[in-house]
Amino acid sequence: MIDEDTQRELLRQMIRARVFEEAMAEVYMEGKTPAFDIAAGPVPGEMHLAAGQEPVAAGVCANLRPGDAVTATHRPHHIALAHGMDMKKMTAEIFGKETGLGHGKGGHMHLFDPETHFGCSGIVAEGMPTAVGQALAFKKQGKGNVAVAFFGEGAANQGAFHESLNLAALWKLPVIFVCEDNAWAISVPKDAATAIGNNSDRAAAYGIPGALVSDNDVTEVYETAAVALERARAGEGPSLIEVKTDRLLGHFQGDAQLYRTQEQIEELEQRDAIRRYEQALVESEVLDSAEALEIWNRARAEVEEAIEFARSSPYPAPESALTGVFA
Amino acid sequence: MTTAETGSETRLLTTSKAMVEAIAQEMERDPSVFLMGEDVGVYGGIFSSTEGLLERFGPERIMDTPISETGFIGAAVGAAIEGMRPIAELMFVDFFGVCMDQIYNHMAKIHYESGGNLNVPMVITTAMGGGYSDGAQHSQTLYGTFAHLPGMKIVIPSNPYDAKGLMTAAIQDDNPVLYFFHKGIMGLGWMTPNPRATDHVPEAPYVVEIGKADVKRSGSDVTIVTVSLMVHRALDAAEALAKDGIDAEVLDLRSLVPLDREAIVDSVTRTGRLLVVDEDYQSFGMSGEVITTAIEGAFDYLDAPPRRLAYPDVPIPYSNPLEQFCLPNAESIAAVARELVNA
Ligand SMILES: Cc1ncc(C[n+]2csc(CCOP(=O)(O)OP(=O)(O)O)c2C)c(N)n1
Repeated sequence: MIDEDTQRELLRQMIRARVFEEAMAEVYMEGKTPAFDIAAGPVPGEMHLAAGQEPVAAGVCANLRPGDAVTATHRPHHIALAHGMDMKKMTAEIFGKETGLGHGKGGHMHLFDPETHFGCSGIVAEGMPTAVGQALAFKKQGKGNVAVAFFGEGAANQGAFHESLNLAALWKLPVIFVCEDNAWAISVPKDAATAIGNNSDRAAAYGIPGALVSDNDVTEVYETAAVALERARAGEGPSLIEVKTDRLLGHFQGDAQLYRTQEQIEELEQRDAIRRYEQALVESEVLDSAEALEIWNRARAEVEEAIEFARSSPYPAPESALTGVFA
Repeated sequence: MTTAETGSETRLLTTSKAMVEAIAQEMERDPSVFLMGEDVGVYGGIFSSTEGLLERFGPERIMDTPISETGFIGAAVGAAIEGMRPIAELMFVDFFGVCMDQIYNHMAKIHYESGGNLNVPMVITTAMGGGYSDGAQHSQTLYGTFAHLPGMKIVIPSNPYDAKGLMTAAIQDDNPVLYFFHKGIMGLGWMTPNPRATDHVPEAPYVVEIGKADVKRSGSDVTIVTVSLMVHRALDAAEALAKDGIDAEVLDLRSLVPLDREAIVDSVTRTGRLLVVDEDYQSFGMSGEVITTAIEGAFDYLDAPPRRLAYPDVPIPYSNPLEQFCLPNAESIAAVARELVNA
């Protein structure tokens, strides 16, 4: 049984992430109407939002301790926030500003934060070996920390997935592999790309535990991750967790989603995991609706402040592009 | 144009539609042609490079793949060896890192290693280029990296006409061909509009010979050599230069391998001045190769040291002002050309 503070915290983290993504969806469209131009507006480029996938990030990261490392994907915001990244610096990076994590050099797919040991990559599956290496370092350093690699179900068909699992298992590393199975890799449904139904079954090929969380439920994610983390911290090696989750929005903003029907999208919206959890907590009197509303309002204020910070921050000097290639 | 006119009806097509038309015509003609890649089916290619093909040819010949580039590009190599003519799409050229072994150790070398006994007739199509804040892993051009490695042809169209003719040539070629299309020349509705991305294209099939450069604008004062989107920038620069009384020649290489060295030497011999514009990283790449070609072949005709305007040797920054600072544009091209002419 998860204690009530943790339950409230899980809800709060999911709501922060959702509010952030919804705000990003709006900001992203600034300057892109009436004619959509991907290069226009305060936030140009590709924008992959994770609305619907918050339970995975919140449930796993609530188990992490200071010093634990996380690698994420092209869809990183919910994970970065749940892992404690400074929202202002993150937002400023997404706006390409001097005050951003990488002074505007990285952008939304390249958020790097030494403080929270967070990194992500736009190359599918390629964050996984990095997490293996971070876990290797922790083991060599005797630190007791773990590394967590988040990846999509599409990534599980890359060589890097299989190599990472084998290495981690072989070297008994403190690393957790978390598959966010949102059923889609851009336009390709999972069953058209993956030879088996559940990626968690692939753990057997590497002799490590594989756990399946089948309905995007933050409680189940939290509890499953707790078991895997305990095992990792005890020096017993890696685990693979697969969560069936939902991508409520397009692959990227501006995606017309012609590959799935409006009904399919609405069905996902109706089973929104955050609303479900909020309701459950109200019903079990962990909080009342006024307190729930307060969480939403605080999240909105926090996100607004972060966006305001990003907007009002200066752009880096153009010539700064030429610096910083080497240490 | 150095290409023969076909005499058939032309229509206005975007570069992406011209490219798709060539693929479709070759698929009609040759049952051994098939196409695979990520999101090439229902989606029609992230950059519309396969739009409508699934509806026409079905999932047996237009195959959506898992995200397994080593697997399916390597499979294209195998299928090619057995007599098929696969087209494999690498969604962004930046992703080459996860499958380069299949490309340069297998696709590019098997013909040579087999003493000529095996052919690898396949095409890899790939999107390249930046300018729209897609960051360091989704904005590169990288054609220089591939051109450096022997055994594969490199074609880089700049416009709809060439896109169709080069695609037809690439599919018919008995060698592996990498076909680079710049996102900014495809004529996509969601990118910054580019009037040069739409042009008259003959309906009947035709070939643009691989390895032949094209003089897009003839001039007598300075030769600007480049490829793809930078051809458009160079043409804009040439228009501005004309107002200053500088007559610039713009040479579109269209292929890097084989490189039309004769065309470079010929143009520089006439103008006496060379500027290479390159969206790829500056060092060890196209700009160096073109300048060397000019020095080797037209040294005595050069009135000034050749110049280059390339992407600086830094990863591509996300932030717009930083990225734009690094990219050559019509103004910076014209400025360097002026310096060159006034030197
Ligand atoms: C090596 C590589 N191949 C292809 C892509 C293009 N791409 C970006 S995201 C994506 C789909 C990823 O699907 P999944 O791993 O399930 O994550 P999701 O987008 O669903 O979060 C693809 C094909 C890429 N970025 N890197």
